[in-house]
Amino acid sequence: MSLFFQQLINGLAWGGIYALIAIGYTMVYGIMQLINFAHGDVFMAGAFAGYVIAQLLPDKSSLPSVILVFLSAMLFSTFLGILIERLGYRSLWKKNAPRLSLLIVAVAISLLLENVGLMIFGAAPRSFPSIIPSRSFSLGSISFTNIQVIVILSSLVLMVALQLIVMRTKMGRAMRAVAEDSEMSALLGIPRERILSFTFALGSALAGVAGVMVAIYTPQINPLMGILPGLKAFVSAVLGGIGSIPGAMLGGFVLGEAETLVSAYISSSYRDLLAFLILIFVLLFLPSGLLGKGVAEKL
Amino acid sequence: MKKLIIYSLVFFVIVGILLTGCGKKTEERNIKIGVILPLTGQLSTFGQSVRKGVELALEEVNREGGVLGKKVELIIEDDESKTDTAQTVVTKLLTKDRVPLIIGEVISSITLAVAPLCQRYKVPLITPSATNADVTRTGDYIFRTCFIDDFQGSALARFAIESLKAKRAGILKDVKSDYSIGLASAFAKTFKEMGGEVVNEQAYAAGDTDFRTQLTSIKASNPDIIFIPGYYNEVGLIIRQARELSIKANLLGGDGWDSPRVLEIAGASAEGTYYGTHFSPLEKSPQVQEFVSVFKQKYNEEPDALAALGYDTLKLVCSAIKRAGTTEGQKVRDELAQTKNFAGVTGEITIDENRNARKPLVILKIEKGKPTYFISIKP
Repeated sequence: MSLFFQQLINGLAWGGIYALIAIGYTMVYGIMQLINFAHGDVFMAGAFAGYVIAQLLPDKSSLPSVILVFLSAMLFSTFLGILIERLGYRSLWKKNAPRLSLLIVAVAISLLLENVGLMIFGAAPRSFPSIIPSRSFSLGSISFTNIQVIVILSSLVLMVALQLIVMRTKMGRAMRAVAEDSEMSALLGIPRERILSFTFALGSALAGVAGVMVAIYTPQINPLMGILPGLKAFVSAVLGGIGSIPGAMLGGFVLGEAETLVSAYISSSYRDLLAFLILIFVLLFLPSGLLGKGVAEKL
Repeated sequence: MKKLIIYSLVFFVIVGILLTGCGKKTEERNIKIGVILPLTGQLSTFGQSVRKGVELALEEVNREGGVLGKKVELIIEDDESKTDTAQTVVTKLLTKDRVPLIIGEVISSITLAVAPLCQRYKVPLITPSATNADVTRTGDYIFRTCFIDDFQGSALARFAIESLKAKRAGILKDVKSDYSIGLASAFAKTFKEMGGEVVNEQAYAAGDTDFRTQLTSIKASNPDIIFIPGYYNEVGLIIRQARELSIKANLLGGDGWDSPRVLEIAGASAEGTYYGTHFSPLEKSPQVQEFVSVFKQKYNEEPDALAALGYDTLKLVCSAIKRAGTTEGQKVRDELAQTKNFAGVTGEITIDENRNARKPLVILKIEKGKPTYFISIKP
């Protein structure tokens, strides 16, 4: 039984990371019905921004430099997210271009970011400096590290903060309004473009933090590290019900745990398979996901 | 009209250049040897090491007057650690450069992918370090200058039982790699034959970065040794995560560990782990010591096993060409197959009837942040 709980803890850390990335997918989908496939690469860019800053700092493991690494990763990915939205999606969105065009742009941006990363940093994986020295703790027969605790707790804190922004602030209310009825909210004077930028900024900031967390947790980064976590976060978003923020969080944790348990009790070869089996299953039998509202497509 | 004349002039000039280009056939002044290595990508440190060894040997060969009165020249191609790129560049070496002989690749999966091409063109392929048994079974033009996984795996199991007194083994292997699977099964077979028990076998896929789930399962079955037949990037992370999960068992691996990256990634966690490899710069023999000092002079670092294997491979190949007296594929192949007691820096190399090298395995232990010579295991 203690083995089971140990595995749950291992899964929880990845669950939190998937959830943070999934939120970005789901928010953007809510507003512009676009699966932003470049999101996984924004996550990668965040990790690399943290890496570059961490290399520059003299005292890597002091608290201010840890905070600086996280902040710079957030800032950089926020900036990148806004840039992608401005240059890639906005004009198409304003022209009401078909969704397929937007999707193709998303794939193109994703490839662009990966290859720019390969150009600058090369394909060889790099070790992320240990800005938080890892320490193991034992609780009975269960052992966990301070990094696992930090990853799990900070992802929870960020999710609560996001929920507050969306539910309690004016910007959040505007976001929800645009998501509910984009044209009506424009008629009522809500600046749709600004809301869109804001949504990208929020989602990308979370992805940036997730990037640094993965970088510290594993601790290895490479320019293609965003592909698989990105796809899995997308699966999490679909599983939770795409468009629903609590759904994305739940989906992330469910997927993280499911993956861990499959590799613990069946075979680790099936771990990556599982995510996509879940995707197919959800799309076939539960299209609105765990927490999504079953809204019929507007024609 | 004027335009037409100018165009036709340009056309004839171009055609003329192309035709003379094709018709020209000069006597080859140098002996060209193809080398295919992963110089970038996942396995780049392996490729770079082999290149250093090969280039050092090349310098020495050419300083001593080359082979058959000609200078030796290398055409080094990078396969980016990818199977498909490897096939492309090997095809280029075979059809465009028409090299008489190719050295490479470093790892088994990629070597297995390019070996059939070399066999079809009847161009000998000599891998310095692909240890999977199937590599040389591809055909009679495929050789290697290292030992095979069967020997490595069973020697490691012998070491685990005899020197480390292990009884319960856990195994964590890479299911994407022929090398890892082969090593794991050879280890398990000998370990069981000698009275040990394999208590838990887990798998991962190359490129994974989180191994906590598999390690947690292995830890629960309480092994006294964990055998990790993987490559350095994943191995470094596995060692680190194993110690984070407070796994106390001995950790043991094969020559895939032999890269400074393992220590870089795992840091202090790597202390007290063991791995088997082809070569140790700390071995006392004068030949090894001379190689180490020349290598240090040129590159300002100690040679690792792959550098030594690269060095031996080029020397062995040159000696075979010398004995054959020609670069013709068939004759060079026959001489390669005849190699006996070739004194290399990685030990005495004898090519057996399956075109594999018979030679000793060196066990290293990581102590005070450095791999140190522990014991040699004879074939």
